[in-house]
Amino acid sequence: MKILVPIKRVVDYNVKVRPMSDQSNVDLNNVKMSVNPFCEIAIEEAVRLKESGSAAEVIAITVGKQDSQEQLRTALALGADRAILVESEDLVEPLVIAKALAKVCSDENPDLIIMGKQAIDGDNNQTGQMLAALMGYSQATNASEVKLSSDSADVTREIDGGLQTIKITLPAIVTTDLRLNEPRYASLPNIMKAKKKELNVISLNDMGFDTSSRTELLSVELPAERDAGVIVESVDDLIDKLKNEAKVIS
Amino acid sequence: MKILVIAEHDNTSLKGSTNSTIAAAKEIGSDITLLVAGQSCSEVANEGSNLDGVSEVMLVEDSIYENFLAEDLAKLVQSVADNFQYILAPATTFGKNFLPRVSALLDVQQISEITEVVSSDTFKRPIYAGSCIATVKSLEDKKVISVRSTAFDGVSAGSNNAPINNISPSESSNISSFVSEELAQSDRPELTAAEIVISGGRGMQSGDNFHLLDSIADKLGAAVGASRAAVDAGFVPNDYQVGQTGKIVAPDLYIAVGISGAIQHLAGMKDSKVIVAINKDEDAPIFQVADYGLVTDLFDALPELDSKL
Repeated sequence: MKILVPIKRVVDYNVKVRPMSDQSNVDLNNVKMSVNPFCEIAIEEAVRLKESGSAAEVIAITVGKQDSQEQLRTALALGADRAILVESEDLVEPLVIAKALAKVCSDENPDLIIMGKQAIDGDNNQTGQMLAALMGYSQATNASEVKLSSDSADVTREIDGGLQTIKITLPAIVTTDLRLNEPRYASLPNIMKAKKKELNVISLNDMGFDTSSRTELLSVELPAERDAGVIVESVDDLIDKLKNEAKVIS
Repeated sequence: MKILVIAEHDNTSLKGSTNSTIAAAKEIGSDITLLVAGQSCSEVANEGSNLDGVSEVMLVEDSIYENFLAEDLAKLVQSVADNFQYILAPATTFGKNFLPRVSALLDVQQISEITEVVSSDTFKRPIYAGSCIATVKSLEDKKVISVRSTAFDGVSAGSNNAPINNISPSESSNISSFVSEELAQSDRPELTAAEIVISGGRGMQSGDNFHLLDSIADKLGAAVGASRAAVDAGFVPNDYQVGQTGKIVAPDLYIAVGISGAIQHLAGMKDSKVIVAINKDEDAPIFQVADYGLVTDLFDALPELDSKL
């Protein structure tokens, strides 16, 4: 079984992101970049399936600028066998990423695609579902458990109000939620080994479809600040304020 | 401009997220069709036809839609999409699951989780976990949009009686099937729909202590939530979690008990109308967003609050 793991280079989750002074975009100068946390979970799940003997090969892939090779090397250090960079000059929208991934899927014919449910930059939560649609594959989003068999998988999904389990026929796409697993750290020997693993670069422009933006970013601003309120002295005081001032309880 | 809203429901009644999505649709245009797809769900269609702003309800009842599997739902929406310039769904786990699939089938770049309609083609949406708000213009002829339901006050039922038209199901793709569902059983309102939410954090110290919140929640008709710290510590199950990676809530009253106020948590509740914080650490960041703060030991405050409500 072959597993494809699409990942994304994003601002590290510890960075507090701010708009640029002209509000044209977010300010990403000199900030730390990492593998999107949900993608790390996807890599971990794929590597565990390989370690348990369920999968033969794990391929990490990303669509991005040349510097995304750094995140692909991280994926290789975590246990992926080889990597593919679909290189683009600009950052592209989810639909374009999904189309590029679909092209590679048609060549590689993976049995299973595991990827993050969303990237923590745009928070779009689109690419996995879009790729599934383009390929005509089944999908299981927000996975918290994956039980794989030879031609299908039972996936437990986190939904509003609880958990849902569905059976999906392979080939299929699983998107990861936070509690699927706890990703490992790359060991130094594995980081060294990863440098020698195969990393192919293909050009997005050579794929032969329109990659232009279908949306325009007009501005980026900080959210409205909430003013700090008052400190009340006692529970009685609090109940009084909630009843008579805020009028939210009766 | 014809707008299609895909209804979220449980085959028995509409979810509040549907009302909020219709409210967002009303800010875009006035010709709104509600699509109700499910199994034995004609009651839901009746409910939808009474909602303010709905001009037509399309109803499709078939077992393939009973559990709202993304593959079949997306095919259905695609089959009716020609007639509409806008396709909207709530940005809940229901809508997030199938809407991007619709979007790709229609070759449209979706706009996710809008919080404001600026004009018919321009929308505001949070990015970077709500650290920034982006204003985005869609250049697409057909717009596919998911709506953060807490950002729009839902439409209510009135004297409206929109016609209900039955439509045919699409052929099932038969590549996925429902196995089981485990929904949290509670007499209390669901977190995302509750008018009052009381949440506990690490300061609660144990899962047993959450009964202090339960009792107050019952008196107020509130839902009980938790911070990620409380969930990670194993005090309460995952589905209690309010925050960036949990549920986004915006009730009339949010009471944060023993919660320090990590950015992660604030992202999930800072749009609440009134916020109360109870914490013994007066420097806790939660007090910076609270309308009313009470600096005291929660183990003193909760029983007193309980007895005086």
